[in-house]
Amino acid sequence: MTMTKILVGKVTDIDMKGSRTVRMGDKEIGLFRLSDGEVLAVENKCPHKGGVLSEGMVCGSKVHCPLHDWRIDLHSGAVQAPDHGHVVTYEVEVDRSTGSIYLTLEGSL
Amino acid sequence: MSHIRKKLVLVGNGMAGVRAIEHLLKLSPEAYEITIFGSEPHPNYNRIMLSSVLAGGTSMEEIVINDLEWYHSHGIRLYMGHTITKIDTVQRKVFSDQGVVLPYDELILATGSNPFMLPLPGADKEGVIAFRDIKDCQMMQETSQTYRKAVVIGGGLLGLEAARGLLHLGMEVSVVHIHPYIMERQLDEPASIMLRKELEEQGMKFLLSKQSEAILGKKRVKSLLFADGEVAEADLIVMAVGIKPNVELAQKSGVEINRGIIVNDFMETNIPGIYAVGECAEHRGIAYGLVAPLYEQGAVLAKRLAQVATEGYSGSVTSTKLKVSGVDVFSAGQFIERPGTRALRYQDEIDGVYKKLVIKDDKLVGAVLFGDTGDGAQLFSMIKNGENIKGKEKELLLGLSSDALASPKGNRLEGMADDEIICGCNGVSKGAIAEAIQSGGCTSVGQIKACTKASASCGGCKPLVEGLLQLYAGDHVVTVKEGICGCTTLGRDEIVAEIKRMELKTVKEVMNVLEWNNEEGCPKCRPSLNYYLGMLWPEEYVDEKESRITNERYHANIQKDGTYSVVPRIYGGVTSPAELMKIAEVAAKFDVPLVKFTGGQRLDLLGVKKEDLPKMWEELDMPSGHAYGKTLRTVKTCVGSTFCRFGTQDAMGMGIKLEKAFERLNTPGKVKLAVSGCPRNCAEATIKDFGVVAIDGGWELHIGGNGGVHVRATDLLCVVKTDDEVMEWASAFLQYYRENAGWNERTAQWVERVGLDSIKAALEVREDRLALQERIQTALSLTTDPWKQIVNEPELRKNFEQLSEMKTVLEGEAI
Repeated sequence: MTMTKILVGKVTDIDMKGSRTVRMGDKEIGLFRLSDGEVLAVENKCPHKGGVLSEGMVCGSKVHCPLHDWRIDLHSGAVQAPDHGHVVTYEVEVDRSTGSIYLTLEGSL
Repeated sequence: MSHIRKKLVLVGNGMAGVRAIEHLLKLSPEAYEITIFGSEPHPNYNRIMLSSVLAGGTSMEEIVINDLEWYHSHGIRLYMGHTITKIDTVQRKVFSDQGVVLPYDELILATGSNPFMLPLPGADKEGVIAFRDIKDCQMMQETSQTYRKAVVIGGGLLGLEAARGLLHLGMEVSVVHIHPYIMERQLDEPASIMLRKELEEQGMKFLLSKQSEAILGKKRVKSLLFADGEVAEADLIVMAVGIKPNVELAQKSGVEINRGIIVNDFMETNIPGIYAVGECAEHRGIAYGLVAPLYEQGAVLAKRLAQVATEGYSGSVTSTKLKVSGVDVFSAGQFIERPGTRALRYQDEIDGVYKKLVIKDDKLVGAVLFGDTGDGAQLFSMIKNGENIKGKEKELLLGLSSDALASPKGNRLEGMADDEIICGCNGVSKGAIAEAIQSGGCTSVGQIKACTKASASCGGCKPLVEGLLQLYAGDHVVTVKEGICGCTTLGRDEIVAEIKRMELKTVKEVMNVLEWNNEEGCPKCRPSLNYYLGMLWPEEYVDEKESRITNERYHANIQKDGTYSVVPRIYGGVTSPAELMKIAEVAAKFDVPLVKFTGGQRLDLLGVKKEDLPKMWEELDMPSGHAYGKTLRTVKTCVGSTFCRFGTQDAMGMGIKLEKAFERLNTPGKVKLAVSGCPRNCAEATIKDFGVVAIDGGWELHIGGNGGVHVRATDLLCVVKTDDEVMEWASAFLQYYRENAGWNERTAQWVERVGLDSIKAALEVREDRLALQERIQTALSLTTDPWKQIVNEPELRKNFEQLSEMKTVLEGEAI
């Protein structure tokens, strides 16, 4: 399997407790910047009714889907109780010196 | 008028000293010019919460009690990372290691304590630390990422908390203790064994009756050698054997010390103008290491400095509560039987509950609780009071049921002296709580908490506070309602009162100080707090867009397919051919799939892609219609006297005036207005939040209507004659609603809840209305059009676009 590492932007492109999106083929990925500075990436679609997660509210390391308030852990992609499910997470690397954000994906760009 | 303020210097930027300053600022805000020196490069944080940081779920930022803004807003000069190395007690000057020299009139020493490091050979190796400050926590977190084995020396309160934290960080943890039982200073043998078993189940290992002899390894620690010759492997050793008061500076400067800095009942040292509080102070032979006594000392010192009468500090009886995930332990007083005492025990191995009461001369002198610590605060209070418990022993042992206690508790509370401390965490006396109920009008525990801080920290004294409420408020007691969301037990009024009282200025600060139980809140409380802060501090608070719901963040309504709608403002529903042509052109240019008239007399452009929003707003060059927010929506009007045969007043003119006055206003819920030109009421003003209906020679003002799920007709507020009066009443009503309703509460619900009469009464006096009007004008003067702002600020505009500059930096086969 080919793995591709892609530079997608800088940490400062994303507001604190905010998010941005990138499109990879037919997939949209939401990038979230937590208040502790960590950047995490998940598939930008709630497993419930397809809500756009990047438009939800980021509380700690969880994002709340704007449609029905499902809570998704951005580290594991796991939907939090009482709901069940999972979203795909992506590997993110942040270069602390340059602030560059790298995303590692299967396949090539 | 100006007077020269005395210079107050605090050495030590920790909980005890800063708490004294906080108290002083309340008593006498202008008396001193205050400077604080702290060795750590952080503002004042809650040291007790360090274990929660380690245990996960709490971030370093969250445990900050006073952020830098607090120091700034109180005019306190803060030198962080400065250690005071010398005091000239004659010239009254302090010297910092960074070269700052500062004169003082009064000096508080709150230097705290240092961890006691066992003088073992090898204790200076890499990987040997204490558990005391943020730096130690960071070291543990870093170590846990590369190393596995941790050894904690010390099986007391501190050691177990450190061990629990390390376990959470994924390390293998062994606790070394010199005694055969852990926490032997707080627990008797059975409770200690139950605790150990519980912790062993959680994965902790114990090496008991072990004397540490040396730390082995080259540069970094490898293992710990015991006196019996055994060795425990260790990548990290945490020493948590105790603390010792930090008296170095005092000693060097000639302040009298023993174990700690010696103080009298007024926290004065032997040198005039120098005081000591907290862990560094020794009062009547005791140096305390717990929070409650430090707070009590701080309160006495604050009174002294503010020249308020105080009886002084007479020492504290302490209790201990250990909270390591899932284990509740409480102990107080003399809990080991001695000659002349009797003990009652209850042990349930199935539920893991153990209770022991120690009784002497029919009085409770000590208690240990394990597994069920709910009665801890009450038992502690009985120990302090020394009340006679003859005949009630079993009841106390088997649990203080509310029935059993209804009258005895009342009696006991009644007989309690006014200065008896009920809330040990915050030093709140019985008298203060009684006053909050009797003259402060508190009718719920929540209100008492908001008003006095009693039960605001650990919550252990809540049953006593409830008892006092029963005693003094009787029938007026309001049953405790639920908090505004799952993150807090506080209701809207309590939160707003606390924000005002403590001058909390950011969402984070509110959550931190009011002890939210969810990291960074949830989509219910975040927008509420954002609203309350903006309402209370219109001039200072910077709106936090991350705490707004999606529609308000993107200033458009999100539709079910993820597209948005755009509704420009059309004042009073009155437009022009030029404006309509412009809207039509923009709609065509951006291929807007649907254009619709709204129920509020304007045009809705639906199906817009998010990235097109700023471009469309730019081309429309019209103000936002705010069709998406908790704010003024539309002002619906009829034609009025301008064209209508029946019209008695200029309804369109009045509507436009109202809309221009109140557009962009943040409100608890959305607000819709309407103006009808005659009592036929074609603008349907009597189902609006604020409805204006013209009559011959005046206007009727209606409030609290709603045309949604629950239709509610308005109530008539009053009848006025002039246009200015309409503006005055509308301003006063809307501001009163802003200041008193809960977030997301529409006027209809609010009027139902508080009653029309209370609103009428609040708006009755003209001065009150004018004051409200002035406040709403201040709030309004600070608003800007959000669409224009986003169009012009790239930093905001970027959020409407995808990240698109992508570059492949590496491509290869995964292993």
